[in-house]
Amino acid sequence: MRDAYPARNTADLSAKPAAATLDAMDDAMDDNGTDTHCPYCSLQCGMRVAVAPGGGAEVRERPAYPVNRGVLCGKGRSAAEVLRPEARLTTPLVRDGRGGNLRPASWREALDVAARGLADVRARYGPDAVGVFGGGGLTNEKAYQLGKFARVVLGTANIDYNGRFCMASAATAHRRAFGLDRGLPFPLADIARTGCLVLVGANPAETMPPAVRHLRELRERGGTLIVVDPRRTATAELADLHLRARPGSDLALALGLLHLVIADGNVDGEFVAARTTGYEEARAAAMAHWPERVERLTGVSVSELADAARMFGEAGTGMVLTARGAEQHSKGTDTVGAWIDLCLATGNAGRPYSGCATLTGQGNGQGGREHGQKADQLPGYRDLDDPAARAHVAAVWGVDPGALPVAGRSAYELLGTLGLDGGAHALLVMGSNPVVSAPRAAHVTERLGALDLLVVSDVVLSETARLADVVLPAAQWAEETGTTTNLEGRVILRQRALDPPEGVRTDLAILRALAAALGRPDGFPYDPEAVFDELRRASAGGPADYAGISHRRLRGGEGVFWPCPDEAHPGTPRLFLDRFAHPDGRARFAAVTHRPAGEEPDAEYPVYLTTGRVTAQYQSGAQTRRVPALNAAAPGPFVQLHPRLARRLGVVDGEPLAVTSRRGRAVAPARVSEAIRQDTVFMPFHWPGEGRANTVTNPALDPASGMPEFKLCAVRVERAGEASPAAASGAGAAR
Amino acid sequence: MKGPRVAVVGAGMAAARFAERYGAFGGAGTVTLYGAEAHRPYNRVLLADVLAGRFAPRDIALPPGAARVRTGAEVVRLDPAARTLALADGSVHGWDSLVLATGANPVLPPIRGVRLPGGAGLAGGVHVLRTLDDCAALARGVAAARRAVIVGGGVLGVSAARALASLGVAVEIVHQGPHLVERHLDADAAAVLARGLARLGVVSYPGSRARAVRCGKDGEGDGDGDGRGGEDRVSAVELACGPGLSCDLVVLACGARPRTALAYAAGLGVRRGITVDDALATSAPGVYAIGDCAEHDRVLHGLAAPAWEQADVLAARLSGARPAARYRGSRAPARLAAGPLQYAAFGEVDEQADPGLDALRLVDATRDSYRKVLMRGDRLAGAVLVGDMTAVDAIAEAFGRRGDPAADDPHHLLVPG
Repeated sequence: MRDAYPARNTADLSAKPAAATLDAMDDAMDDNGTDTHCPYCSLQCGMRVAVAPGGGAEVRERPAYPVNRGVLCGKGRSAAEVLRPEARLTTPLVRDGRGGNLRPASWREALDVAARGLADVRARYGPDAVGVFGGGGLTNEKAYQLGKFARVVLGTANIDYNGRFCMASAATAHRRAFGLDRGLPFPLADIARTGCLVLVGANPAETMPPAVRHLRELRERGGTLIVVDPRRTATAELADLHLRARPGSDLALALGLLHLVIADGNVDGEFVAARTTGYEEARAAAMAHWPERVERLTGVSVSELADAARMFGEAGTGMVLTARGAEQHSKGTDTVGAWIDLCLATGNAGRPYSGCATLTGQGNGQGGREHGQKADQLPGYRDLDDPAARAHVAAVWGVDPGALPVAGRSAYELLGTLGLDGGAHALLVMGSNPVVSAPRAAHVTERLGALDLLVVSDVVLSETARLADVVLPAAQWAEETGTTTNLEGRVILRQRALDPPEGVRTDLAILRALAAALGRPDGFPYDPEAVFDELRRASAGGPADYAGISHRRLRGGEGVFWPCPDEAHPGTPRLFLDRFAHPDGRARFAAVTHRPAGEEPDAEYPVYLTTGRVTAQYQSGAQTRRVPALNAAAPGPFVQLHPRLARRLGVVDGEPLAVTSRRGRAVAPARVSEAIRQDTVFMPFHWPGEGRANTVTNPALDPASGMPEFKLCAVRVERAGEASPAAASGAGAAR
Repeated sequence: MKGPRVAVVGAGMAAARFAERYGAFGGAGTVTLYGAEAHRPYNRVLLADVLAGRFAPRDIALPPGAARVRTGAEVVRLDPAARTLALADGSVHGWDSLVLATGANPVLPPIRGVRLPGGAGLAGGVHVLRTLDDCAALARGVAAARRAVIVGGGVLGVSAARALASLGVAVEIVHQGPHLVERHLDADAAAVLARGLARLGVVSYPGSRARAVRCGKDGEGDGDGDGRGGEDRVSAVELACGPGLSCDLVVLACGARPRTALAYAAGLGVRRGITVDDALATSAPGVYAIGDCAEHDRVLHGLAAPAWEQADVLAARLSGARPAARYRGSRAPARLAAGPLQYAAFGEVDEQADPGLDALRLVDATRDSYRKVLMRGDRLAGAVLVGDMTAVDAIAEAFGRRGDPAADDPHHLLVPG
C-alpha cells in the first residue's frame, strides 16, 4: 500500500496557487466591480464586489439579479469584512507533536506533514481509517473534487459533510416522494403567487431576510400565510395563523391537517388517482391522527387545526416549505413525508404555484449534496450503490468501478467514532466547524482530540482548526471563481473579484497538491472551470444533470436551473409539471406515524431545549463572529424562556442560566420573552465555549437520513450558581 | 412462520394500534388479529363523523402494520394452558402470546320495548352506535327519520346528537343523570354544553328516565309498547315522569361495558374488566389485555387515548424494543370536539366532592365559555373547559408536569398568553 501512497512527493508541492481564472475575471469586471454572490446562506443573493478606493473590498448592490433584487441583509452587506487579512489565516500552521503549539509553517512543510500523516494512517489502519468531512459552503467544484479525492486518492468510504446536519431529512423525504431532491422545485418568486403558504419550522425573516419580500407580496396578493413554530418568531409575526406546536410534533400536526382535509372533502381525488400512489396507506395514517389526539400531541387546539386545514384545503393552490425546525429530528424524514402527503392529497404538487419544498440552509447546501461529498452519493446526485452510476462516474474518473468504495458513515457516526476501534484515525476537514456545529459537541471535540492526524482547510482559525495538526489557509468566496446551486436549484457563478492575500491557496489547489503528494499527479486541476467541465460530464444523465451548464453560460446571467442536459436546453425552473421523477412518473405518499423524540422531558430533565439561529450570525459563527458590526448586533449566546418558566425558576432577565442535559451543560444569560412556549427554552448555536448550545444537544439520528436531533432534547434549567454537582460533572464527561 | 405467534382477539382500535406499533418497534413475531366484525380495523372515534357524512366508511380504516387481519373471525373459546383459541367456525389456532383487545359492548338500558320479543335484537328504529355496521344501520334509519330521541347524554350521546342534527333531524336527549356528561363535567359546565346543543336545535332533558319505547305500524304513535311484528317501528319514548316524546328513531347511548366473557370463561381474573398489572399482563402467563376490556389499577378508561397508551406499552414489551416498559395509568383528558361543541376535562372535576379542592372559574355567558381549574394547595388537580379552548394547551402542559407545583398563581391557566 505504501507504494500507492508515497509519503513524499515533492514534485507538485511547489505548485503555485490558482491564478488561471484571470481571463474570466477581466470579462466580468468593470468600474463597478464584479458580479458575484453572497458567501452566506442558500439565497445566494446577487451582489457586486469592488475594490474600494483605499484598497480592500466593498460590497455593492446588484439590482438586476432576480432572487434578491439588490436587497442584502446585514451579513451580506458586511461580507467583505471577512476578506480582511487581520480577520483570517494567511499562513499554514503545523503543530509540533502532541500537546505542542500550532506554529506558522511553509506550505511545503504543511502539505508534506498532512500528506505523510494521511499516508501513515492509511498504511496502519487501512483506507477507511482516513475520514473526510466537507461542508455545505463549498462550491460545487470543491465538493465534487473533495468527493473524488476521497474515493480515488484516499480510497475511503468515510466521507460525509455538515449538510447531513442541515438538509438530509428533507432530501431523503423528497427523493422518496418525488424521485428527486431539489430544495425548491420552483423559483422562489413563485411563493408570492400561491394561495396558502405554510412555513414549518422555518424562520426566513431572521435567517434569510431578503426572502421576506416574497412573503409580503404573497399577503398583498391575497394569499394567506400559516407559520408553524414553537416560538413567535419574526416570521410568525407576519402570519395569518401561527400554530405554536410543541417541539417534535410537526409530524402529528401534518397528519392531523391531512385528517381534517379528508373530513372537509378537500382531497383532490382526480390528482391523487392520476399522479400518485399510496394514498390509502397515507389516509389510514391520517385516521390514526384524529384532531383531539393531535391537539394533545401538538398543543395546537382543535379549532386552530380546523382553521389551518380549511385555509390550506380551500386555497386553490398551496405550498408547504419546511426547514430545519421540522427536519432536524430523529423523525425528520417522516415529518417531511407527512407534509408532502398533505400537499399530494390536496393536489398541491407538480402544478404551478404549489408544492412541498425545503428551504435549504447553507450557501451551497443544494449543490453540496449533489456532487459526491455525501457518504452514499456520487456526482449528479447518483447513488453510490447503483452499479450504472458507479460505472459512469468511474469512467469519467478513469478508474475501475470496483475500486470505488461503498457507502460510509453519516456525519455524526463518522465524528462520534473518531479515534476508536473501527473509526477513522485521520480526518481532513474542509469548510466546516463541527466543534461548534455538531451535536453532543463535547464528545465530538474529545473524539477529534483522539485522532492521529487532523488536517483542517479553512479561511479562519475556527474552533475546529485550533485542534488541528495541520491548518491550511484557504481562499474564499470573492477570491476564487466557482459555482453554487441556490435553494431553488439555480446554478450560479461566483466570480473572482480580487486576489487572495499572500500566503493563501484555494481548496482546489490544496487538493491538487495533496493528491499529487499521495501519488495522483493528474486528474485534480486547480482551475475551477476545468473542474466544472469534468463535473458536467460526471453529472450527465444523472438526476442532477449539469451537462448543459458552463461557466461561460453563467457569466453575468441569472443562473440556470438544473436539470439541464445540453447546452441548448433552457434549464428547468419548475420541476414535475408533467411527471414526477420516479420511473412510473407518480409521486409516492408516505405512510408515517407520529413517534416520540429520541429524548422526551421527564422528572429529571423536564424542559424542551430547541436550538436555532439569530439574524446577525451564521452557522458556527466562524465568519460572522469576526465581523464587528454583527457582533455588536448579536454579541453572544442566550437562553430564551417564557416569563412563567422564569418565575418558576426564580430567574430574572440577563441572569446566567445553566442548561443541562444528559450530555453536558451550557451557561448563557436568560432572555425572558413571551414569544416562546412555557415548556421550551431556545438557544442559538453560533458560539463556542461555555454557551455552546451543542454541548447539550442529542445525537439521536434519523434512521433514514442520519440527521441528528438538534431541534429537541430534554434539559434541566436552573440559575447557573445553583447547578447541582451532578450537573456540573456532566458537563465535560462523555457519557 | 418466523418468530413467536402473537394472537390478538379483537380488531378494533387498541388491536390495530398494538399491531402497528409492534411492527414499528421491530417485533420479529407474526401478529394475527381475529375480529368478529366484517371490517378491517377502523377508527371508532370517528363513527359520529361517518354518520354525519364527513367520512365515507372506508375512509376511517386504521393501519394495522404488517399484521394479518382475519375479519368475521369470532373467537369463542380460549385455552391459556394449551395456548390455543377457537373460532366460531370450529378451527383452533395456537399462539405464543395472546392479547385480549375485545373492547366493550353498548349497554342496553332496562327500558321496556327496546328489544324485540325473545331478545332477538333491537326493536325497529332503535339503534346503538358502536360499530360501522351500527353506523350504517343508523344512517339508513336517519334517511326516513324526522324526530330522534337519544337515550343517554354522555359523550357518545352528545356527539350522536350533533351528527343527527346536522342531517336535519330534530333531536332530543333524555339523560338520567343530573346533567349532561356528569362523569366529566360539573353542572355549570354541562349547562354551557346544553346551550350549545340548543343552538343546534337539540333539546336535552337531564334528570329524566326513559321508561319505555313505544312502537307502532308505519311510525304511527299508537302501538302497545310490545314492539310486536317486524314492521313495527318506534313511535315514542315514554318518560318516567312527564309526557312521552314522539319520535321515529331512538339511539341508545348509555355507555359501554367491557367484553369479558371469553376471559372469564377461560378462568382469567376479571372484575369489571379483565384485570391487568403495569405490564398489561392478566392472571394467566402469556396473556395480556388492552383497551376498553382491560381494568388497570381498578380503573376502566373506556377512551381511545388510554387504550393506545396501553397498546404502545404492550407493543414495546412484546416486540423486545423496551421489554421493561410499564403502563402507569393515563392522564389523558376527556375531550369532545364536535364542531361548535367542545369540552376538555382533566383529572378531578368536582370540588363539591372533595373539601381539599379549591376552584377558580371564569364563566363568560356572552360567549358560552366556561373554564375552571381545581387546585389542591398549590398543585393543579383538574380542570374543565367548555366552549373556548384557548387554554387547553397551557392546562395540558401544567397537568402534564405531574406533582410539580403550579408555582405562580393559577389565573394564567384560565387566561393564558
